[in-house]
Amino acid sequence: MTGCLLDARLAVERGDFRLDVPLRVAAGEVVALLGPNGAGKTTALRALAGLQPLTAGHLTVAGSDLDRPDRRTFVPAEHRSVGVVFQDYLLFPHLNVLDNVAFGPRRHGANRRTARRSAGDWLARVGMVAHARRRPGQLSGGQAQRVALARALAVRPAVLLLDEPLAALDARTRLDTRAELHRHLAAHSGATVLVTHDPLDALVLADRLVIVEEGRVVQEGDAATVTARPRTDYVAQLVGLNLHRGRAENNHIRVADGLLLTVPERLDGDAFVAFRPSAVALHDGQPAGSPPNTWPATVAGVQRHGDNLRVQLDGPVQVAADVPPATAATLRLIPGQRVWAAVEVTETHAYPAG
Amino acid sequence: MTLTEHPVRGPVGSRRPRGAPRRGGGVPIALLLPALLGLAFLTLPLIGLLARTPWSTLPQRLAEPGVLAALRLSLLTATLATLLCLLLGVPLAWLLARVEFPGRRLVRALVTVPLVLPPVVGGVALLLVFGRRGLIGGWLDQTFGITLPFTTTGVVFAEAFVAMPFLVIAVEGALRGADRRYEEAAATLGAGRWTTFTHVTVPLVGPGLAAGAVLCWARALGEFGATITFAGNYPGRTQTMPLAVYLALETDVEAAIVLSLILLVVSVVILAGLRDRWISTP
Repeated sequence: MTGCLLDARLAVERGDFRLDVPLRVAAGEVVALLGPNGAGKTTALRALAGLQPLTAGHLTVAGSDLDRPDRRTFVPAEHRSVGVVFQDYLLFPHLNVLDNVAFGPRRHGANRRTARRSAGDWLARVGMVAHARRRPGQLSGGQAQRVALARALAVRPAVLLLDEPLAALDARTRLDTRAELHRHLAAHSGATVLVTHDPLDALVLADRLVIVEEGRVVQEGDAATVTARPRTDYVAQLVGLNLHRGRAENNHIRVADGLLLTVPERLDGDAFVAFRPSAVALHDGQPAGSPPNTWPATVAGVQRHGDNLRVQLDGPVQVAADVPPATAATLRLIPGQRVWAAVEVTETHAYPAG
Repeated sequence: MTLTEHPVRGPVGSRRPRGAPRRGGGVPIALLLPALLGLAFLTLPLIGLLARTPWSTLPQRLAEPGVLAALRLSLLTATLATLLCLLLGVPLAWLLARVEFPGRRLVRALVTVPLVLPPVVGGVALLLVFGRRGLIGGWLDQTFGITLPFTTTGVVFAEAFVAMPFLVIAVEGALRGADRRYEEAAATLGAGRWTTFTHVTVPLVGPGLAAGAVLCWARALGEFGATITFAGNYPGRTQTMPLAVYLALETDVEAAIVLSLILLVVSVVILAGLRDRWISTP
């Protein structure tokens, strides 16, 4: 693919686990590999870094093959132009902050003086100059994260890889670090691949999301597309939507036995229908006049969700409904309670599944 | 040591008198008695040594040329043997810890053989290999004119043979315990395997390496059986402190005590110094 700095099909087979992820990243682009734990995101990252050889597929950066098993090409990690920010940073405990950052430039041929000066510059960019003489053990999580970023960037990598860069931080530090990280990633001229299981990290930091489940890409696109049109339960949960798959005929979608939903779009064949939990209204009896999109359901669980309560419903389909506490009190929403659920046609959104 | 940390469980706990210490006071006699006996067993001989030391004649005895020569030779050979062990043992430990190869378990077992072999047997084995008519010794003698038995180099060989397993085992354990992901991080920063080894792996296993070297040095310093078998007992050339002690015991008990005391003091001082500086005890 022309115009893409990084072009890969990352295929790794290890025991029962199979990873097969096509990936293209342009220069200056930030792509997030988003997926649940065990989806193979970290394996993909290790394959990009050269720490895990591919068993099939290819990895090409700036037109040269780094890993192509069918041609027996494999460039080891130390000869790739990559920078990696590891999940727990892996700052060398025996070196101070400055020498940690200078480690890369030094290995790339700079003399000690030049390497240290360059390291100082990078520490200045991440605001860590004052801590240059400290040992990694004396840093807070947020500080260590910034040093790790400086260390990875100091080798001026064509590809920057970040493995759950914010996962080890507490909530407050995370907020600040996320904004700062966004600034640094935007300034990076190479390709950036970010691995995370946190949708917020992915939405804030990445230009494009690649969603990986069980070693395969299940959805790909910019944040707006993915959040508006989730294609798997995992993505739907991430973005907080009810998602059901069914067969569409004109503006009806049969999502389960006995449940036919009416949607605004006219479609045919396999289709998804999505609606927000707050669009689901609950009633203690069947709504008068039998409007469309109503069905009997059983309360499976209730929990706080912001100012509202999120009610999990069993029935022909499993649905989450957000209701105000007052409604919950009137309906006496306790597990096992039978209710009627209703969704306005205009609140639903259908799109083809093919 | 609070009740919330150790919740009282059932009647056994509740019968304990209030305020009584929960640990320390509860050491069973069946453990305490053998522990104290063990301590006495290890320290009494040292106390005996101090008690029998001829303190009045100590200065002259220390000044005797044979004593200093033996001490110098002991320190020199133990240090050289340790260096030899580091040079060969660290790569061997790395190989055992990091590289999968067929027969690795067998190699590991072979490495530890000198640990269980009686040192005298080790000395005999060294003679059979490095002796003038040995497997390699004959060739060394004819080709380069090098003879190892009954030389100072022979002492170093004998000590290294006996002491190296200590180093290999300690370093291999440290390497296995080290987080290999630091090595991966080094690789992503452009470090080749050798640079990673010298700049990341070795510093990371530093404490284990130091502990292994100290153990190795201590073992070499005390080496007797293999040394006397392979290198003989020539004053100034192969007579190390343990050999001098043993020899003195036959003629002059007081001299043996003085030599033993020196060996004891030197090793304790050096080990204690290194321990504080290098080895962090948990």
